[in-house]
Amino acid sequence: MREIMNDGMTNVRPERISEIELTGFGVIEKPLSTFERLMGNGLLRKTLVLLFLAGVWEVYAVWLNNPLLFPTFSATVQAFVSGLVSGKIIMATWSSITVLLQGYAVGLAIAALFTAFASATRIGSDILETLTSMFNPLPSIALLPLAMIWFGLGEGSIIFVLIHAVLWAVALNTHAGFKAVSPTWRMVGKNYGLSNIAYVTKILIPGAFPSILTGMKIGWAFAWRTLIAAELVFGASSGSGGLGWYIFQNKNMLDIPNVFAGLLTVIIFGLLVENLIFKTVEKKTISRWGMQS
Amino acid sequence: MTQSSQAPLLSVQGVTLRYRTKEHLVTATYRVSFDVLKSDRYVILGPSGCGKSTLLKAVGGFLNPVEGQIKLNDIEIHKPGPDRVMVFQEFDQLLPWKTVKQNVEFALTASGKLGRKEAQERAMHYIEKVNLSDFADSLPHTLSGGMKQRVAIARGMAMEPEILLMDEPFAALDALTRGKMQEELLQLWEDTKFTVLFVTHSIPEAVRIGNRILLLSPHPGQVRAELNGHGIDTVGPTGQPLAKHIEELLFHDHERIAHA
Repeated sequence: MREIMNDGMTNVRPERISEIELTGFGVIEKPLSTFERLMGNGLLRKTLVLLFLAGVWEVYAVWLNNPLLFPTFSATVQAFVSGLVSGKIIMATWSSITVLLQGYAVGLAIAALFTAFASATRIGSDILETLTSMFNPLPSIALLPLAMIWFGLGEGSIIFVLIHAVLWAVALNTHAGFKAVSPTWRMVGKNYGLSNIAYVTKILIPGAFPSILTGMKIGWAFAWRTLIAAELVFGASSGSGGLGWYIFQNKNMLDIPNVFAGLLTVIIFGLLVENLIFKTVEKKTISRWGMQS
Repeated sequence: MTQSSQAPLLSVQGVTLRYRTKEHLVTATYRVSFDVLKSDRYVILGPSGCGKSTLLKAVGGFLNPVEGQIKLNDIEIHKPGPDRVMVFQEFDQLLPWKTVKQNVEFALTASGKLGRKEAQERAMHYIEKVNLSDFADSLPHTLSGGMKQRVAIARGMAMEPEILLMDEPFAALDALTRGKMQEELLQLWEDTKFTVLFVTHSIPEAVRIGNRILLLSPHPGQVRAELNGHGIDTVGPTGQPLAKHIEELLFHDHERIAHA
């Protein structure tokens, strides 16, 4: 056997060395077809999803044929457009948004303070972790009766519950993000002798940005839900009504297409904020930095 | 000039290091002493668990010795500072939200070493030195592992520290890239004659890079030998090539510990 291996040419394969071709492989880079490029566009794909959902809605509503329970998509759009033209929806949205932004901003600010304290000291971190595990599961709307006693019937109460809705979600995520900042980045920051403020703004915040952004998104969604729910409860007594009030009022008048138009406005706003604001921020930051695929 | 007549740049005397894990108090090094002179390529070599990285962190000021002292230019080290810049093994030591150039600049401006304009010029100078001028505006996640380490080296060198601390910077690279990086590092050293304290677990790397090699034994790290290197594998005083000599020093210990 060994002898055959040694002198038998059959088992020894010839070596080879070849020149690398520099041209003439055909295509190295070829532009995608128009269809492939269109399908690569996330906005377009999502628009198709929306159109499909609208189609299903329309067909089902026509088949159900009960406008009092479930108006068609076209009737809802009509109600929406007339609400826009009459300014009622715009007024209601504006009123909701101003309250929402106030609550959101204050919630973010308090969350920032809490997290700063929690990152600086161990007891601060214990306090924040205990508070978030106590209050994060507590639905904001459950605090509304209490808030009405404390702050009366008005924006004060709504802002209070909004802060509660935003604060814990944002603080929880930001704190988790800070804790997850890579030890190597921390050492790099310490190595170059950064001051405490520079260390937080130049290392911790960008390093924790994916989590912070997630917290802000969740906080935004919680705030919206809480606001609409609070306005529904509040509606009757609050003078200037927001979208929740708009929905409630139209339900009382059995104007169901308008109820749907109110809901549609909430949905449209959610889609716009998610896809225009948060997506843009994401694209310019964490996606560009390779911290998210 | 004889070695004794030159004051050491970095002096480590009888340093014992301990750190605490959740369950244990670990002694990483036990009474380790050595001196690093200016323009040394000083290599700390040892198997995993010999406390070499912990020792480097202590020189960086991230950890204080429980016994002994570490002095830089005769001043005791207590905390991290830009006079001892560290290059890590991890590729994520670059800040992903900054471009190559911004990463280098950031180090210079954040430490208050240079103003914005000088920092820009210095950053480009060192980026050019590591042959990454074309990638100055790229973000780290678009670079290969070797390129990232080159940026980290440029960032460290741009600080022009008293001593550059390198913690197995090439360990996570593939063999071909590692060889090339070692060569580049030696070239950079020829250029500027900076002082570097280099930690590695690879005997060939130590022999290639170091002009002085400290051999640590494991668990806890103690000085086994301190040898001279010449950049090529020369025959040592015992008549053996350096790498083989080192290997025997290490294996001899293993056998002795196994018998004990």
